[in-house]
Amino acid sequence: MSGIAMPQPDAGIIARAPQIVAALREVLPADAVIWDPEETRAYECDALTAYRCPPLAVVLPRTTEEVAAAMRICHEMRVPVVPRGAGTSLAGGALPTADSVIIATLRLREVLEIDTANRFIRVQTGVTNLSVSAELEPQGFFYAPDPSSQLACTIAGNIAMNSGGAHCLKYGVTTNNLMGATVVLPTGEVVELGGPEMGPTGLDLMGLLCGSEGQLGIVTEATLRILPRPEGARPVLIGFDGAEVAGECVARIIRSGVLPVAIEYMDDVCLRAVEAFAHAGYPDCAAVLIVEVEGSPAEIDHQIARIREIAGALNPVEFRESRNADEAMAIWKGRKSAFGAMGRLGDYICLDGTVPVGQLPYTLKMIGELSRQHGLEVANVFHAGDGNMHPLILFNANKPGDLERAEAFGNDILRLCVDVGGCLTGEHGVGIEKRDLMGKQYDDPDLEIQMAVKDVFDPRWLLNPAKVFPLDASRPWREEAATR
Amino acid sequence: MIPETPSRAGLNPASEAELGALIAERFAARQPLRLAGGGTRVETGHLPGDTLSTAAISGVVTYEPGEMTLIARAGTPLDQIEAMLAAEGQALAFEPADMRGVLGCNGTPTIGGVVAANASGPRRLLAGACRDHLLGLRFVDGQGRVLKNGGRVMKNVTGLDLGKLFCGAHGTLGVLTEVALKTLPHLPDRCTLGLHGVTVEEAVAIFSAALATPFEVSGAAFRDGTAWLRVEGLGPQMDYRRDRLLALLAPRETELLDAEATLALWRGLRDLAHFAGLDAPLWRVLVKPTDAPATVRALQALGGEASLDWGGGLVWYCGPGSAQAVRQVAPHATLVRRGGLTGPAFPPEAPAVARLSAGLRQRFDPAGILNPGLMDQ
Ligand SMILES: Cc1cc2nc3c(=O)[nH]c(=O)nc-3n(C[C@H](O)[C@H](O)[C@H](O)COP(=O)(O)OP(=O)(O)OC[C@H]3O[C@@H](n4cnc5c(N)ncnc54)[C@H](O)[C@@H]3O)c2cc1C
Ligand SMILES: Cc1cc2nc3c(=O)[nH]c(=O)nc-3n(C[C@H](O)[C@H](O)[C@H](O)COP(=O)(O)OP(=O)(O)OC[C@H]3O[C@@H](n4cnc5c(N)ncnc54)[C@H](O)[C@@H]3O)c2cc1C
Repeated sequence: MSGIAMPQPDAGIIARAPQIVAALREVLPADAVIWDPEETRAYECDALTAYRCPPLAVVLPRTTEEVAAAMRICHEMRVPVVPRGAGTSLAGGALPTADSVIIATLRLREVLEIDTANRFIRVQTGVTNLSVSAELEPQGFFYAPDPSSQLACTIAGNIAMNSGGAHCLKYGVTTNNLMGATVVLPTGEVVELGGPEMGPTGLDLMGLLCGSEGQLGIVTEATLRILPRPEGARPVLIGFDGAEVAGECVARIIRSGVLPVAIEYMDDVCLRAVEAFAHAGYPDCAAVLIVEVEGSPAEIDHQIARIREIAGALNPVEFRESRNADEAMAIWKGRKSAFGAMGRLGDYICLDGTVPVGQLPYTLKMIGELSRQHGLEVANVFHAGDGNMHPLILFNANKPGDLERAEAFGNDILRLCVDVGGCLTGEHGVGIEKRDLMGKQYDDPDLEIQMAVKDVFDPRWLLNPAKVFPLDASRPWREEAATR
Repeated sequence: MIPETPSRAGLNPASEAELGALIAERFAARQPLRLAGGGTRVETGHLPGDTLSTAAISGVVTYEPGEMTLIARAGTPLDQIEAMLAAEGQALAFEPADMRGVLGCNGTPTIGGVVAANASGPRRLLAGACRDHLLGLRFVDGQGRVLKNGGRVMKNVTGLDLGKLFCGAHGTLGVLTEVALKTLPHLPDRCTLGLHGVTVEEAVAIFSAALATPFEVSGAAFRDGTAWLRVEGLGPQMDYRRDRLLALLAPRETELLDAEATLALWRGLRDLAHFAGLDAPLWRVLVKPTDAPATVRALQALGGEASLDWGGGLVWYCGPGSAQAVRQVAPHATLVRRGGLTGPAFPPEAPAVARLSAGLRQRFDPAGILNPGLMDQ
């Protein structure tokens, strides 16, 4: 077993399970409440699979009203609620406890409105990220945030985690593309935040909601900003014989005024794994950058010429330009298969921290040293343009103690990220995974004010109660809340 | 009720620690404060308490052009920041306005005031608002505690994002002492297309068409029968975008402004030069762009003038009309220049939202001493 603790489940709640389920069944359609242990097991974890626990029950509503009805009952009966989208969280955000009910927004799948004149789409939040862009494709628009999990993950999860992807260097993450949300509060009350206007005029509650990891309410509908599709996009691949010089190249490109849509980085360990797996034809060197630019063919040529000039001054071992769609695909092929390729080398945990771009070379060097200290191999593949690193720590799940070693190594890396001026998580969220490291980035009063904010929305602390905030720090709040 | 403080002393703490001590005292004594940066957002005069300015908590902490990040203390003059960024070919992409002309005052706008007001100009359309560029902040809450949130990196989802709350809270949650902002390259080439003699309906239709193209229109404003579209880019990129837009707008006759004229025009549109020096109330109205024409017509029927920004999403209305009459046709209307009107400046919120906002203010400022009543409904 591994090192992340969860609070003891409340035996009183578990004993009341039949009454709780009966109350839920009274207000919801028959197929919307799952209690059978065989079926609830499917919800025992998210993509952080090292931690599992079947919930007390699972609720699968189809409308905002049904979510509200379920919330009202959980509030009255004081049952903890774990919101869930597609369950692709890598931080254990959707991990249940034995005394909690999962309310999943997966079946809220309607596209409610597409308005290209005002440039927004309104959807229920159970739609997947990729299907939003698919809906918009015929009109020549797209939805910008593109987490790598976009085929599976839902807009609900994207909002809760403030997700981003490779292209957020130019287009921003979810919070920059979210205009409005319908939210069910823990009491069951429904509120509308924001809308199709470029607001807000009061306090930006929607901005607060985005990235709140299911701490404040359940999002059932969203108004999303949409953008016209670019005419075209093309990547270049640049190989360097050192991490330092690759990092310098990133900074120089950014300074030059060319704003690529993506700058991805892969180190030598990752490159070798990818070569063996995908035969992408990448150069054998210390670091590879993939830089993608957008526009018309002539605009793209112009930007690539600038990048060639910048990179050229740093003596790259290779500068590969794609001249057509096939070559572009070949350049992306290795990057896109990186996680799969690493999986073939063994089990791994995928970290997610951000550092200031200027600290990339130093951070990479220190990660190498930590790797030697902990005796575990690590590969680096990440979004270099914004310093969002994803070190992959390799370990053997069947070897006793290896997971704990990998976790300890991971924690050291995240502390390092904070020490150089960065943060604990750039896109995967805190969940349970980084909960107890929060004190590294925030002092006690900084965490207190965040918990005070949760308290305003969720006075009984029923929503995702053991996530995000260190258990020790949140205990007094949870205990106080239990008396309300 | 907050007791009216008779003295109107000006308080100018020079450091975060000094500010923290001062607020702790005021918290203990339950004495209200009126916050100001440069005080160029006038009209807090009706609020109770001494004026507290953060102008002396000033200076750039770090600026890293290669990382596109700037950290500055709240009182740093905006001019100083803009000049420093321009020297590196960068800018604050959200283009904050200089409201001194419209508001008839002459302080020095500060970066803290910009963040507290979520001040965002014409480029908001393409680049997002101030809140989209805020990476982190330090502030003193209503009890005098020095707190922080966010950081200095582009991507950060560690805990709750309080920066969003502070942008546009107008100092009602805490006093900012330091802000970290994302900077962006200032595209060197620009031009403007002007279409004269168009109605407001035609203008919004033109905007919707132009903004549905991938040519990254970075300004779409309308006033006095002219629709303006701004195009920026890097060398040939700008030329290409301009030519494609001209083709899209043909056969309409289009005036073309060069880079210099573009700078001057958009500065005027941004700072509302056309409504400067007047006495009438000035309203800032948010609408769905395609609702703008009807809103403009209804506002004009009250007797004043309106102009559009953000492709029609922002209507500025300068003219007579009671607050009730204006909000009747424009529910999302904020009173920016009072021009003799009394009553709440901010539009009413739905009851549940108002309750959450009040709950948050109570947690950040339990004694209600920071700009009390400023954002009241
Ligand atoms: C292979 C892989 C690649 C990934 N790549 C990326 C990436 O590039 N970028 C990135 O940002 N993330 C990435 N992720 C992480 C994950 O996909 C995102 O966090 C995603 O947004 C989660 O969406 P989901 O629908 O699966 O949410 P879930 O995992 O079901 O839930 C995530 C969190 O949101 C809360 N939540 C769910 N629904 C609601 C709701 N309706 N209201 C309120 N809270 C709710 C949950 O309680 C939980 O805390 C990746 C994951 C995998 C497995
Ligand atoms: C209702 C309204 C809407 C506006 N909308 C826009 C807009 O859309 N776009 C635009 O470009 N400009 C806008 N402005 C103008 C913008 O407010 C000013 O350009 C900018 O705030 C000037 O900075 P300052 O230092 O002079 O601010 P001040 O006038 O001193 O203060 C502005 C506000 O911020 C508070 N404040 C100041 N310093 C701090 C601090 N350190 N911590 C916490 N709070 C502080 C003040 O109490 C006040 O509420 C608007 C102004 C008003 C009144």
